[in-house]
Amino acid sequence: MTGALKLLLLILRRDRLLAPLWIIPLALLPAGYAASINELYPTAAARQSYADASAAMGGLTALYGPVYGSGLGELTAWRAGFIPVIIALLTILTVIRHTRTEEEAGRRELIGATVVGRHAGLAAALLAAITTTTACGALTTLVMIGQNLPATGSLALGAQFAATGWIFAAVGGVAAQLTQSAGTARGIAIAALGAAYLLRVAGELGTEALTWASPLGWITMTRPYADNRWWTITLAAALTAALTALAVHLSARRDVGAGLLPDRLGPATAAPTLRSPLALAWRLHRALLTAWIAGFAAIGAVLGGIADGMSRLTGDNQQLHDMMARIGGTDAIADAYFASMATLLGLAAAGYAVQATLRLRAEETGLRAEPVLTASVSRTRWAAGHLAFSLLGTAAVLTTGGAATGLAHGLTTGDLAHQLGRVTGAALVQLPAAWVLAAVTVALTGLLPRLAAAAWGVLALCLVINLVGALAQLDERVMDISPFTHLPKVPAAPVTTAPLLWLTALAAVLTATGLYGLRRRDIPVT
Amino acid sequence: MSEAIRADALTKAFGRTQALNGLDLTVHTGEVHGFLGPNGAGKTTTIRILLGLLKADSGTARLLGGDPWRDATDLHRRLAYVPGDVTLWPNLSGGEVIDLLGRLRGGLDPRRRDDLLTRFDLDPRKKGRTYSKGNRQKVALVAALASDVDLLILDEPTSGLDPLMEEVFRQVIQEERDRGRTVLLSSHILSEVEALCDRVTIIRAGRTVETGTLTELRHLSRTSIEAELTGPIDGLATLKGVHDLHAHNGKVRFDVDADQLAPVLRHLGEAGVRNLISQPPTLEQLFLRHYEATR
Ligand SMILES: Nc1ncnc2c1ncn2[C@@H]1O[C@H](COP(=O)(O)OP(=O)(O)OP(=O)(O)O)[C@@H](O)[C@H]1O
Ligand SMILES: [Mg+2]
Repeated sequence: MTGALKLLLLILRRDRLLAPLWIIPLALLPAGYAASINELYPTAAARQSYADASAAMGGLTALYGPVYGSGLGELTAWRAGFIPVIIALLTILTVIRHTRTEEEAGRRELIGATVVGRHAGLAAALLAAITTTTACGALTTLVMIGQNLPATGSLALGAQFAATGWIFAAVGGVAAQLTQSAGTARGIAIAALGAAYLLRVAGELGTEALTWASPLGWITMTRPYADNRWWTITLAAALTAALTALAVHLSARRDVGAGLLPDRLGPATAAPTLRSPLALAWRLHRALLTAWIAGFAAIGAVLGGIADGMSRLTGDNQQLHDMMARIGGTDAIADAYFASMATLLGLAAAGYAVQATLRLRAEETGLRAEPVLTASVSRTRWAAGHLAFSLLGTAAVLTTGGAATGLAHGLTTGDLAHQLGRVTGAALVQLPAAWVLAAVTVALTGLLPRLAAAAWGVLALCLVINLVGALAQLDERVMDISPFTHLPKVPAAPVTTAPLLWLTALAAVLTATGLYGLRRRDIPVT
Repeated sequence: MSEAIRADALTKAFGRTQALNGLDLTVHTGEVHGFLGPNGAGKTTTIRILLGLLKADSGTARLLGGDPWRDATDLHRRLAYVPGDVTLWPNLSGGEVIDLLGRLRGGLDPRRRDDLLTRFDLDPRKKGRTYSKGNRQKVALVAALASDVDLLILDEPTSGLDPLMEEVFRQVIQEERDRGRTVLLSSHILSEVEALCDRVTIIRAGRTVETGTLTELRHLSRTSIEAELTGPIDGLATLKGVHDLHAHNGKVRFDVDADQLAPVLRHLGEAGVRNLISQPPTLEQLFLRHYEATR
């Protein structure tokens, strides 16, 4: 493991901005849940009826795992049941980025030539991911203790988060050995995560044996605040060790840069359509866009599927129900739910918008912009190919998410004709705000290219503002920083066109400014 | 003779690094022009300015009669470029990259493409991520050479090629010259420059230090002389054009400027020569002299 420590420090240094961007929001989220549960169900009796109603709803327990108690801690941990899945996903991305992506870019060869051990890259990436998720878990524990919840339970919750990260770091480590392409490796690891999640859902809906087949399933048996079972953490550590050993074993059997699964050959000549910057952009963006569309379809189906139960659940809280009904009548609760889900979809879609736009910058730093820009393609045309995906792709992603939500809700309530359109519309209202995030990325790329990745920071700020801002009672002026704050709360509130128009105009101005900068500056700026 | 490229007094700074510091470069139409200089001398920077990718801080550049920054898109239809670091899209095959770049530039000759693929022994079906450095370079070379353009700008195009492919490259470039194309070839391989180039420009630390035909440059250089003398000799060290003189046991060794050779030989003759070895300057020495002065 010569050099692994040095590489570990290098990775931690490279991620010193990116890692906190997800660790902190995820560690704060359970505290937000605790606060809102405490507010909505202040008495033990109210919590008991909330727990009973939740436990009776297949859709909800499928999403979050089983309800196993009615204390504030138990309910919070249950409500946070989706966070481990997100941690697993982010950990996979981190590990692949520091292993296979590095190799694909040829940077591993550079480092491989200096004196580092054969498995140092893998070891360093795994250690970095494990450190990061452990930090996330530890922070969660501290924040929950800060909410006056029992220390042991808080520790179990943090350990549950961290342990899920460990397992999927190792899963990513194994996947990275299999193929030569980072994209395919990512796909394999995420498919494994998806399978684990589906097994947990299936286990929840009936066959308990399936829960045991899924790490995401048995990790829920930690039951923080209720039973605090530590054996699940031990099991997770053992599984992580076994998967790591497998990854090391596979890594020993292959060459640097090569994969265990063979790479397929491509066509000897280009298809007649591959003749423009847009056609090239399609080849570079289609995998990403397809993955996001599939993800949004799945999330939409879940969100829409549980909507009806969700609003009936809230309905059991008499006080809340009365309040909601006073404001908007019978559909009001469902509509309020859809409005907040639409914000969630909008923020996620902005993630796609930023990611797709940053491809432009990646093409530049990867020196793949040069061949195109010296083949009689103007800078604007080159950028437009990519921006077509960050702007129209975001629209496609949001439409899919909204339509899937509306479809699932329409089918469960038998009111498809009415619901499909209005729920899709609620999601599409988010589009101008997501565009603003894409446009901020373009502006940074054009004017301050070295800071282009700061667009993620802007998105993180919006996430904090719009997800925990209301609970934390942030100042209105701070709330106003996020474009999502200004959107009408459709379908709970009527569509007002003014904010949609000025947000779109703002996006247009920022994009134009970015393109202006791009046309005048040096390329590449590395 | 018209000029395909003309750069005058180009300067370019990256932050505190002064990459170009008054660089001049003239490439005549129809010639193969060697562009040499030690690492970091500014060759790639110059080329990127000529391609309109970077904007010079000061100085003027003309390319095929146009302004490389303002007229970039139009000019690029008439030139092809092979970068020093060839990176390909990981999920596109080599053949797709060749076709795409050719089509963007306005079409490429399919017969020439196939011919080049065969000669460079390149499998166009492999994905970008699976090519070796040399094969990536071949993809870029085929894409550039199969296009019907006036000017080829090649930045160290052979740094990854094996000797066999290096030979193919030389043949291909000679064919290009015979067709009347202009080539700007940045290279560290001196035998390649000697074999291909009509004229060369040597730069150092962002400044042009030498430019001309190889014969002219040789002329500027020094001949090494080793002689065994029959009698004592005086005043050799003070003669004009004599450098690095070593005298020992009636033997002398020194370098002499080409234009001072005759008077120096006369002086040696007067002292009486038993044995004399004279070595004309190799290009290596010529270049090394310029390269080494960097340190
Ligand atoms: N984008 C950049 N940012 C900062 N410095 C740069 C940049 N590009 C080049 N330089 C610096 O400018 C100088 C000239 O670099 P350039 O790449 O033009 O040299 P070169 O002659 O092509 O060298 P080589 O033979 O190694 O390819 C170097 O000192 C280099 O470090
Ligand atoms: Mg260079």
